[in-house]
Amino acid sequence: MRKKLIVLGGGTAGTMVVNKLHKKLDSQEWSITIVDKDNKHLYQPGLLLLPFGVYEAGELLKERDHFFPKGIEYIQAEIDKVDADSNTVYLVNGKTLVYDQLVIATGTTPHPDQTMGMDDAEIWRKSVFDFYTLPGAVALKDALNRFEGGRLVVHISEMPIKCPVAPLEFAFLADAYFTQRKMREKVEIVYVTPLEGAFTKPVCSKQLGYMLVERDIKLEPDFVIEHIDSQTKTMVSMDEREIPFDLLVTVPVNMGADFIGRSGLGNDLNYIPVNKENFLSTKYPNIFALGDASDIPASKAGSVAHFAIDMFTENFVEHLAGRPMTHNFDGHANCFIESGDGKGLLIDFNYTVEPLMGMFPLPVVGPFPLLKESRLNHMGKLAFRWIYWNLLLKGRWIPIPALMSMAGKKQATQKEGVGSHASN
Amino acid sequence: MPVIEIAGKPVNVNEEGFLTSYDEWNEEIARELAKQIEIEMTDEHWKIIKFLRDDFKTQGETATSRRVQTVGGVPVKEQFVLFPKKPAKKMAYIAGLPKPKGCV
Ligand SMILES: Cc1cc2nc3c(=O)[nH]c(=O)nc-3n(C[C@H](O)[C@H](O)[C@H](O)COP(=O)(O)OP(=O)(O)OC[C@H]3O[C@@H](n4cnc5c(N)ncnc54)[C@H](O)[C@@H]3O)c2cc1C
Repeated sequence: MRKKLIVLGGGTAGTMVVNKLHKKLDSQEWSITIVDKDNKHLYQPGLLLLPFGVYEAGELLKERDHFFPKGIEYIQAEIDKVDADSNTVYLVNGKTLVYDQLVIATGTTPHPDQTMGMDDAEIWRKSVFDFYTLPGAVALKDALNRFEGGRLVVHISEMPIKCPVAPLEFAFLADAYFTQRKMREKVEIVYVTPLEGAFTKPVCSKQLGYMLVERDIKLEPDFVIEHIDSQTKTMVSMDEREIPFDLLVTVPVNMGADFIGRSGLGNDLNYIPVNKENFLSTKYPNIFALGDASDIPASKAGSVAHFAIDMFTENFVEHLAGRPMTHNFDGHANCFIESGDGKGLLIDFNYTVEPLMGMFPLPVVGPFPLLKESRLNHMGKLAFRWIYWNLLLKGRWIPIPALMSMAGKKQATQKEGVGSHASN
Repeated sequence: MPVIEIAGKPVNVNEEGFLTSYDEWNEEIARELAKQIEIEMTDEHWKIIKFLRDDFKTQGETATSRRVQTVGGVPVKEQFVLFPKKPAKKMAYIAGLPKPKGCV
């Protein structure tokens, strides 16, 4: 009998992992099954640009199974529960699957119901929008179109969220959008975050702090939301600060899949605790969590999942052979940040090294400048959609190494590293 | 990384003044750190600080405000009353633990 590898979730991480492992594992010995609830793969980075008219919804969706390799089994069903003690996955349709090894890649989704008042019918998707879902982004496009001016609040409910810079990019793009529509002076843009600033790492905040000032985007830091008053359209914080809005673009609390909580596999946000270097569950020796579903202290981003899975593939083969896993992941992340007006920035960092200035991926010649606005970085972001569908998901080679390199980066001096004291 | 003296004891801290070594902390140091950020320690404050210390030992990272609420039993709103404006950061500072993770 062949042994069974089951992958839960056929999004960015699940798709990459079946493509990689299909090549690595002996098909006489292992069968691979992937489970997802629907057959529509959404290109999530496109959700940021869709509200500004860059993409139509149809351009961001493709058939999921188109990206799975031949020779693996795809089950389209919703997962109800995992019983890790008996190695069993329960599906909502009543079927069960038994595994030898389990990879959980069910991602994270926004939960507006976690904030009192946010999803009140009077305001939800009428004056309060999320762009982290396709229906949300589509509704927001329409709302931006109709917006005649007033206070636009861009807001993060709670960390961690996937793609943590997306809301900031949204604020930059909104500034450019209303400027282009010649009505910028009618729109007040406020960026509201539970963090102590728009950027929290020293070199980033020093290099990029100007970006808000230059665009006349007001900043409200340390704002932990308590509730939204749907009558007066006001956000109220835990320390009773109030921010009224005409249009609120929020990122609701992000949480891992509900079944992870039900199965007793998650933390308080339904993320699965794993070893951050090899993604093995801290509780079960035959369960791994990849992509946004795990609790690793790295950005929840497709690029991180990509680097992580390069290392995971090697580790998994060692793990199956009963050898120690030797390919430790360093938390490498690499993100293009849209700054509006056809420009963008690039940042590259890991668990221990904060984003630094310099050129990427090659010293001096780049071609992509790090932590600096440029047109090329914006083109990089647009090109990412092609790379995503054609190379990334299929596990093909991408010209960026999985572990972070210091080549081309300028080391922060002692001074630049100095942050603020806890009391300010 | 600098070494400074708090409550008569040399301790290692980072650039932001957070203790970097779990075992160098004691209650006297905590009281001193609290005073620096103008917090008068009461039983309610200690309850949270002790929870954070114990939780760190098993989890290897500083509990978030959400975790202090769900596992430690102190509502986020209450945390704001006890440690005004920046509870997560201030609680970690007094407990001698790393600042909770942000992002970029
Ligand atoms: C607006 C936005 C912009 C972004 N921009 C970028 C960017 O520029 N660069 C970047 O690298 N990343 C970006 N990201 C993040 C990136 O999209 C995610 O990090 C990545 O998709 C995570 O992959 P994943 O496989 O972990 O999760 P997902 O791709 O979300 O896949 C999870 C899958 O699990 C399935 N699933 C969940 N629960 C169940 C269940 N109970 N039963 C069956 N199936 C289930 C879902 O249907 C889904 O297909 C962005 C995200 C957003 C929202």
